[in-house]
Amino acid sequence: MPKALIDLFYLAAAILFILGLKGLSHPRTAVRGNLLGSLGMLIAIVVTLLDKRIVSFETIVAGLVVGGLVGAVMAYRVSMTGMPQVVAVFNGFGGGASALAVGAALEEALKGGFVEEISTQFTFAAASSALIGGVAFTGSAIAFGKLQRLITERPVLLPGRHVMNLALVMICLGLSVWLIMEPTSSLPFWLLTGVACVLGAMLVLPIGGADMPVVISLLNAYSGLAAAGHGWVLNNSVLIIAGSLVGAAGFILTALMSKAMNRSLSNVMFAGVGAVVATEAESEDIYAGRVKSASPEEVAMLLDGCRRVVIAPGYGMAVAQAQYAVADLTSLLESKGIEVEFAIHPVAGRMPGHMNVLLADANIPYEKLKDMDEINPTFRQTDMVLVIGANDVVNPKARDADPSIPISGMPILNADQARSVVVIKRSLGPGFAGIPNPLFAADNALLLFGDAKKMTMDLMTALKES
Amino acid sequence: MEAFVLVLTIFLLSLFVGFEVITKVPPLLHTPLMSGANAISGITLVGTLVTSGQQLTTFTTILGFIAVAMATANVVGGFLLTHRMLGMFRRKD
Repeated sequence: MPKALIDLFYLAAAILFILGLKGLSHPRTAVRGNLLGSLGMLIAIVVTLLDKRIVSFETIVAGLVVGGLVGAVMAYRVSMTGMPQVVAVFNGFGGGASALAVGAALEEALKGGFVEEISTQFTFAAASSALIGGVAFTGSAIAFGKLQRLITERPVLLPGRHVMNLALVMICLGLSVWLIMEPTSSLPFWLLTGVACVLGAMLVLPIGGADMPVVISLLNAYSGLAAAGHGWVLNNSVLIIAGSLVGAAGFILTALMSKAMNRSLSNVMFAGVGAVVATEAESEDIYAGRVKSASPEEVAMLLDGCRRVVIAPGYGMAVAQAQYAVADLTSLLESKGIEVEFAIHPVAGRMPGHMNVLLADANIPYEKLKDMDEINPTFRQTDMVLVIGANDVVNPKARDADPSIPISGMPILNADQARSVVVIKRSLGPGFAGIPNPLFAADNALLLFGDAKKMTMDLMTALKES
Repeated sequence: MEAFVLVLTIFLLSLFVGFEVITKVPPLLHTPLMSGANAISGITLVGTLVTSGQQLTTFTTILGFIAVAMATANVVGGFLLTHRMLGMFRRKD
């Protein structure tokens, strides 16, 4: 196939990617959008396989079969609660594949295969891909470990980590310059990839679990940029276009997530928020004698008199796998003529949109899932807010302009403005930010101590009996 | 140099298109967006196919195999997972 024709097919693939991402802007068109994207990918792959430079297909077929099986099994077997981990793994695969593929391209170019001359664009892009791909690979691996609870979710703060990271970055820059100035050996490339892998792990270890929505978005952007870098190496337009689209998507999500916490990206990346947990005494000051515990029966009685209930879910709901029970409770309340809506904070959970996916999986219609700006003005007309497994995102302390509070200035769900608040929680332990929550001690607040799933079911039983 | 400027043009314009298209995605669909975009980043597979089909040395063949497998897992898994997620978003009956 002539190169011009191949490029035309690549153009078609690129357009399909853009249409596909555009389709994701509405639930009605999203499924078609995703199919368009995958069609674009199929076209790009098939056309590439017709490339006359490919002399042997054994490796390719083996790789396609193994990778296809791994991907399909992971995508189908994962439970909805394991979603953030799997997204992290796929991010890592993309970044790692880019770095390795660029390495292979460089090895071949050094042997005289496939390009006539190793240009500065080639080496510069190769160095960028090695750096970004390596960071995305190990960064995602650490994010996976944290989400899967293989390593602690709390920040791991190594002494002197800023100095070490700076040194690693300097080494990366040095190796990049070496590769660009003297493109006769692949040694600097592989050293660079190795150091980038160490850097990726070092960068994600000090970040706490609650900041994962930012980290996953950023790693997503990196996996895209690594692919774009691969495109620069090969002078391949479809790689550049697709890679930059993904890079843009990742950076937008990163910015949105940081903004939703009122923190700068560098604060999320380097401040180690969540490492300090409030002492008993600090919590005691706020909670002592003011926290009112209730039984499911009492709450059921209150619910009977409600006309509008808002449910504010958090990561605790995901951990307890309470979303199905919550959906049943919603149906029960609606059958009693109570209006129910959900208040979704942008950073509730461990990835952007986490709560939406969980609740959609439990068959809750997406019209009921309201984002923060939409739901906040309605809390004053709400009879009861049910806080299920959320903490920091409803903490009124975020409104204080006190810089010692890690979540100071973070926009929150104004649950405290509702007539009553019921919090389902296992204990009075602090949320991820490590600070006590005055909402739990508010006059209009009741606490239902227990596991989110069990308490939701007890609440249903009590409602049915009343 | 000419080729470089052309590539740079494509790169920057794609970033702009990306920003324009993706800022319109509502928070409701942020997870499928991320997972769908992630599948697209598996496009690196296309570049990987060319390099790993040349089989110049054993080393590049092994590298090629690993890269093809990882990128394929990214593509196949990413699109399937996104499809599965999107199937759950439904309207009020």
